[in-house]
Amino acid sequence: MNSNRLPYLLILPVTLFLCLFFLYPFFQVAGQAFTNDQGLTLANFERVFSDWKFPISLKNTLLLAAAVVPVQLALALLMATMVNRMKKGRDIVLYIWTIPLGISDLAAGIIWLAIFEQSGFLNSMMHSLGMIDRPTSLLSYKSMGMVFLAIALAEIWRATAIMLVILVAGIGLIPKEYYEAAEVFGASPWKRFTRITLPLLRPSLQTALVLRVILAFEIFAVVAALGGTLFPVLMGETYSYQFDLLDSGSAAAIALVILGISIAFTLVILRALRVPKGAQI
Amino acid sequence: MSTSLSNTSTVRAGRWVYGASVALLCAWVLVPIYLLLVNTLSSPAAVSGFPKSFVPEFDTASLEFFAGFSGMVSALINSIYVAAITMVLSIVIGAPAGYALSRFDFKGKELFRLLILLTRAFPLPLLALPLTVMFIQVGLDDTIFGLALVHTTLAIPFAVLITFSLFSGIPVELEEASWTLGCTRLTGFRYVVLPLILPGITASAIFAFVISWNEVFAAAVLTIENRTLTAFLLQNLDTSPLHLKFAGGFILVVPALVFIFAVRKYLFAMWGIANR
Amino acid sequence: MKTIKSKLALAIALPAAIIANAASADVLFWSTQAKPVQEQQAMREQVLAGAGTVDYQANDGGPWLTRLQAELEAGSGSIGVLGALHGDYAAMDAADLVDLSDLGVESNSATFNNLAKLGESSLQYIPWMQASYIMAANKEALQYLPEGANIDALTYDQLIAWAANVHEATGEPKFGFPAGPKGLKHRFFQGYLYPSFTDGVVRTFASDKAVGAWEKFLELWEHTNPASTNFSFLQEQLLSGDAWIAFDHTSRLAQAFNERPDDFVAFPAPAGPEGRGFMPVLAGVAIPRTAPDMDAAKELVQHMLKPETQIATLRATNFFPVVDVNLPGDLPPAVAAAGNAVAKMSSSSDANPGLLPAGLGSKGGDFSKVYSDTFERIVLAGQDIRMVLDDQKGKLAAIMNETGAPCWAPDAPSEGACPVE
Repeated sequence: MNSNRLPYLLILPVTLFLCLFFLYPFFQVAGQAFTNDQGLTLANFERVFSDWKFPISLKNTLLLAAAVVPVQLALALLMATMVNRMKKGRDIVLYIWTIPLGISDLAAGIIWLAIFEQSGFLNSMMHSLGMIDRPTSLLSYKSMGMVFLAIALAEIWRATAIMLVILVAGIGLIPKEYYEAAEVFGASPWKRFTRITLPLLRPSLQTALVLRVILAFEIFAVVAALGGTLFPVLMGETYSYQFDLLDSGSAAAIALVILGISIAFTLVILRALRVPKGAQI
Repeated sequence: MSTSLSNTSTVRAGRWVYGASVALLCAWVLVPIYLLLVNTLSSPAAVSGFPKSFVPEFDTASLEFFAGFSGMVSALINSIYVAAITMVLSIVIGAPAGYALSRFDFKGKELFRLLILLTRAFPLPLLALPLTVMFIQVGLDDTIFGLALVHTTLAIPFAVLITFSLFSGIPVELEEASWTLGCTRLTGFRYVVLPLILPGITASAIFAFVISWNEVFAAAVLTIENRTLTAFLLQNLDTSPLHLKFAGGFILVVPALVFIFAVRKYLFAMWGIANR
Repeated sequence: MKTIKSKLALAIALPAAIIANAASADVLFWSTQAKPVQEQQAMREQVLAGAGTVDYQANDGGPWLTRLQAELEAGSGSIGVLGALHGDYAAMDAADLVDLSDLGVESNSATFNNLAKLGESSLQYIPWMQASYIMAANKEALQYLPEGANIDALTYDQLIAWAANVHEATGEPKFGFPAGPKGLKHRFFQGYLYPSFTDGVVRTFASDKAVGAWEKFLELWEHTNPASTNFSFLQEQLLSGDAWIAFDHTSRLAQAFNERPDDFVAFPAPAGPEGRGFMPVLAGVAIPRTAPDMDAAKELVQHMLKPETQIATLRATNFFPVVDVNLPGDLPPAVAAAGNAVAKMSSSSDANPGLLPAGLGSKGGDFSKVYSDTFERIVLAGQDIRMVLDDQKGKLAAIMNETGAPCWAPDAPSEGACPVE
């Protein structure tokens, strides 16, 4: 087979599929962002940018991603290396760690609200340990730090497994001989990690990070459950334009803003974690 | 300085720290699930009481409510069908593209990669309207297959990128060696590469299944007669009384956990080969 | 490999029904109301049992609207009957709804029937069921009622004093307010706070009396559980004890009364200097122009308005009938409690009933956003009341001018668009 044409043949099914089920509706929606009754306009963007909540929700979304994703990356790497060197029980430990994957963000919000709400499990525990006399609300505008922490914890709990599974699948491909050789030369575990695991895991790291970051900008259900009206995020504003204010133009505009941010971060990650030709194993 | 004695004790301490961290991380994942179970098996009074007990009372009234909830079983079956089709489609369509990305340099490669990623960067609820209009017009509306097509769109980025990163981890030389041994590109792929990326295929399958299983919005809009369990249940849980909220949440979690449990071992499949 | 193969086999073996569109003889009842799972169950098994084959589907607002819009756009669909709030219909194009004037059913309230015309000359939807917002309290809180206060005729000052007493006695702020993402806080400002203090909603939005109203609300907020920004269904907080005194929609308080009827009391909303403001909730049934089986859909609408269906609906959803019925004696505790409170509220000597916003069209959401944004800025962000009101006033005036909506009670009638004074 002609190997010039082969790659195009291989990507043809996906491309056709996405054109039909993603690009076609996408351009219809994106078009709404630039039009209103009078024709072409930037009014939708002006409306979105001038809303008093926009800067707050932008800041909240970015802050949350900045706090959550690095922790998830570190945690997923730690878990992946731990499970990799495990001899007994690897199966079951890995299974337990991937459990949150099966839990939707709506359900995760329900679970974590049961922990953090005023008469929830956290207060019950502190009460039975005698740390507090009576339950006080943990998630209120008086303790925004706590609200942020609760949301971040729930997100870390829920979505670390996404990265973990990708990294575990990737780490299995690193030849064990490399580690054995390194051990012979007396490399410390840390050195082995930074000199062998990290560089050779680059393709998987890149994938895990990009997917996770994109999803982090779309965070909504967990925030709505724990942060209530206190913690507006971009995705919540999108829904509110679309379904409460019935303004699909502005909803499309803010969704394009999210898209823009995602593209920018994706390009940065792809550059930073470029997989150099020839440096592959 | 370091005697053999202190050496063994550091090793022992290291092992202890290692074991403790594994246990701690397991607890971190399991405790919230356990608390959901406690709430599921508690009476309405206990669910809204304070302080909460950390031991369930084994009150099954909430679960019994759902046992008698009409339409649950057919919704469950629909969900499984949609997830299964999504899984197959996303891998069959996605894996070849992952292979192409890892093995070839071709014009428009970066653009193609970006297209794949963008699929996940735009909120589906906004796309649902034009998609539904299209589905009504072509007769795909309210079919399991139609919904699976939308879910496949969501799962494809995972399938393409995961298979891409795993193919990238397999040396081209390995494949080339198989060609010199008389394999064609296809048989070389079949006997050499495929076994190596089975974990990746499994990971993609898990993502496809879970994404489809948990997707609410498109399911709620695109299925009427053939509702999936999430569309049927999850979107209405937040307005339901607390005890039913937790029990319903639990019911939705269980099938996904069973699925991951069933395929978990393939995540490590062919471990020996990978450690050639 | 084996799993992949067997899955492929599964996909191929799937019954043809999965790809084919299942032919349906049912009437699809597409609703935003009666959404909680046990209410859906009751709707299917009790309310719709005698109505032939009806497929009752309750949805979040997003999917509800998206599906409806798609069917209208495609020109064909499967939705037979819609169930939604007045505001949802007001936001629609009246031409998309089938004229229901010739069905021979309507509510017993001329006001409701008039609203249901959506500014046209004929009924665009049929009023289906009604509710209101009331107050509820844990009986333990009753001992802290201020001296001389009658719980059935409270003033805002007495409510604040009461909440303050409870706060002091228990050490916790225990007033509960539905300020969560799905909470109905804007209805409190539009139908309760503003009418009680300013005798208006739109005209008086930025008046000096409105400043007074917000100042009073800030006093009440001192004794409000700060977690209220997560509360959307106050029955949960009443049951858990996180709130002892609460304001909410009657059906969002119902579970508390049904679960522990002896522990809670329901009572009218408080009164301000301009009377006891309150407002109804009105849900309606309608038929989209794309309904597949028009006759069956019309039959279902007629069924929903029958007195016995209305009583069954009351039991299922805690929404009250809109036609004349003889209420049986064995209604659930929540219905009795809410019914009494609403009756006391509307028959009180200082009653100042408001109407639902009309004529706003698709700007209903923006209208409510003005009020909830004002709340978030004044109460949560701590901005200056006068400054916020003057700023938000411009947005409100723009909405009124754009839609040309005339004033509704308790605002004095206007010629043309309701002015923001």
